[in-house]
Amino acid sequence: MADNNPTDVKDKPAAPAGGNGNGARTLLGVTIDPDEIKKKAQIDLEGLKQPTKTEVYKSIFRVKHDQTARSRTLGVLSNVFLHLHPAKVNRDAVRYNFTWGMGGISFYLFWVLTWTGVLLMFYYHPTKVQAFRDILYLEHDVPFGKLLRNMHRWAAHAMVLTVQLHMFRVFLTGSYKKPRQFNWSVGVILLVLTLLLSFTGYLLPDDQLGFWAVTVGTNMARATPMLGHEGPFGPELGMTPFNDVRFALLGGSIVDANALLRAYIWHCIAIPGFAAIFMIVHFWRVRKDGGISGPAPIMLEKEIKPVRR
Amino acid sequence: MDWHQLWTIVSLPDNIPIVGMLFIIPFFTWYAVRQARANDRLLERLENDPELAKTHHRKVQPFQKGWVREVAVWPYLLRMEFLAAIIVTIILMVWSITLDAPLEEPANPSLTMNPSKAPWYFLGLQEMLVYFDPWIAGVVMPTLIIIGLIVIPYIDANPLGNGYYTYKQRRFAIWAFIFGFIILWCSMIVIGTLIRGPGWMWFWPGMTWDHNRLIFEINRDLHEIVGITSQPWIGIFGGMVVGGFMVVAGYACHRIITATEFSRKILGRMSLLQYAILQGLLVIMLALPVKMAARLLFRIKYVWVTPWFNV
Repeated sequence: MADNNPTDVKDKPAAPAGGNGNGARTLLGVTIDPDEIKKKAQIDLEGLKQPTKTEVYKSIFRVKHDQTARSRTLGVLSNVFLHLHPAKVNRDAVRYNFTWGMGGISFYLFWVLTWTGVLLMFYYHPTKVQAFRDILYLEHDVPFGKLLRNMHRWAAHAMVLTVQLHMFRVFLTGSYKKPRQFNWSVGVILLVLTLLLSFTGYLLPDDQLGFWAVTVGTNMARATPMLGHEGPFGPELGMTPFNDVRFALLGGSIVDANALLRAYIWHCIAIPGFAAIFMIVHFWRVRKDGGISGPAPIMLEKEIKPVRR
Repeated sequence: MDWHQLWTIVSLPDNIPIVGMLFIIPFFTWYAVRQARANDRLLERLENDPELAKTHHRKVQPFQKGWVREVAVWPYLLRMEFLAAIIVTIILMVWSITLDAPLEEPANPSLTMNPSKAPWYFLGLQEMLVYFDPWIAGVVMPTLIIIGLIVIPYIDANPLGNGYYTYKQRRFAIWAFIFGFIILWCSMIVIGTLIRGPGWMWFWPGMTWDHNRLIFEINRDLHEIVGITSQPWIGIFGGMVVGGFMVVAGYACHRIITATEFSRKILGRMSLLQYAILQGLLVIMLALPVKMAARLLFRIKYVWVTPWFNV
């Protein structure tokens, strides 16, 4: 500043050493009042004692964190990560025994799998030359690589189990009944996608286990009626090992490089994408169909209303 | 008794979910049945006491006048979700630190794994391959399982038991589902994992997996047993057997569907299409254990042989 505007300094008298009467002084044309600064600093320090009152805090967290019903409601509804929740929920539904928490745990496991999966993708090439070596590299050289792979695999197994248990619970509580029929069907699609996700991941290490599991699995596709070359009416419709549904799945007539690449793309992009879409619908419908189904008041046999057609 | 063999199978890291299933599925079944029985007892009380039914809050969970029926999601639900996430993370961490994901030798098309098994959740389907040709076990049956599951809400005409555990009000639905899920799906996964060994042969738990084991059993087609030797009679005979099974199984299912006054009432609420789909799915579901029995007990390979497909 001073270099750019030397006349400024010349025009005004140099600041006296002791300052003027208020203790204010001028430095390079800027009036500096120590009392004023002290006051301002004190305000800032006071603000630090109550960080929730600062503008930064208020701009991020728009809702007070107190125990009023309004704040609790807004805290959930105005948060993008929590907004799928309703503001209030059936008092008995928060107990563990009704839902077993399996739907939420499945979703959480899906997130664990997404994160560990993305990290694994950094170290993995879906090629015949490198795939198996990448796994060895992960197991022996990558920091926490083994833990990462273990966690991905066990979370996948756990998710297959929790999704099935979720279905079991929803059936036993009759939660698929009106008005939730459609959401049950969406859930069945998600179950199938879960199994397919796990299955396509099986081939990726390119070891004997995955190779033969996928060989066994896709050999069944040969026998698809009409679309497989060994299925009923398949040969009659012109199916050969080189144009049937199994060929489409593997990108060839044997489990090889193309199959590895296809499994990789299905596993990492296509099926998670479909699953995400169906999950959005699934959660949305849970809310739109009236939230969690129960524990609902029990209905007596004599209270059944006649069917409306 | 080969304890070492048993331990080798049970302690295989990839088999942990199945060993876990042996405990988890019965536990949750018991847990659900316990709550269903509690609700059923309340149902009985309310049915016998219409006055109480008018005033009761209709749940086994405690409730008193003046209590709120709904609680705030924050904190009452979110803290449970947070807790669940922490517990699952801890379990996963411990599991991942203590057990390593399996990695075999590099894929080698010229060296067949024996037994070569699908992932555990498909072992039920692979086990089905013993009893049916691949087009049924691997394509038709899975498709029907998916379709059957999807249509459940649309063919279940029973309005009771919506949102609470009950056995009394949904006997048939619950037995049908438990039959399909636990007795067929889960137990076939367990068989496929723990029982089937080299050559997909049946090894009881504790038997040594002998790779040189031979089983001298001859599977015969049903028409051979009867003594029919030429087409088209073989095909016609098989078609009649399958058709006969469908009639008998359909009749048996109908008897079960109409067993009680309540179930007849529910049947009255069903449309013809709903009933037909229900019957079709039940008959096909029953075909599996029937074919399993025919194979395991009577060594019958096919019951219906045609030039195009075999059943």
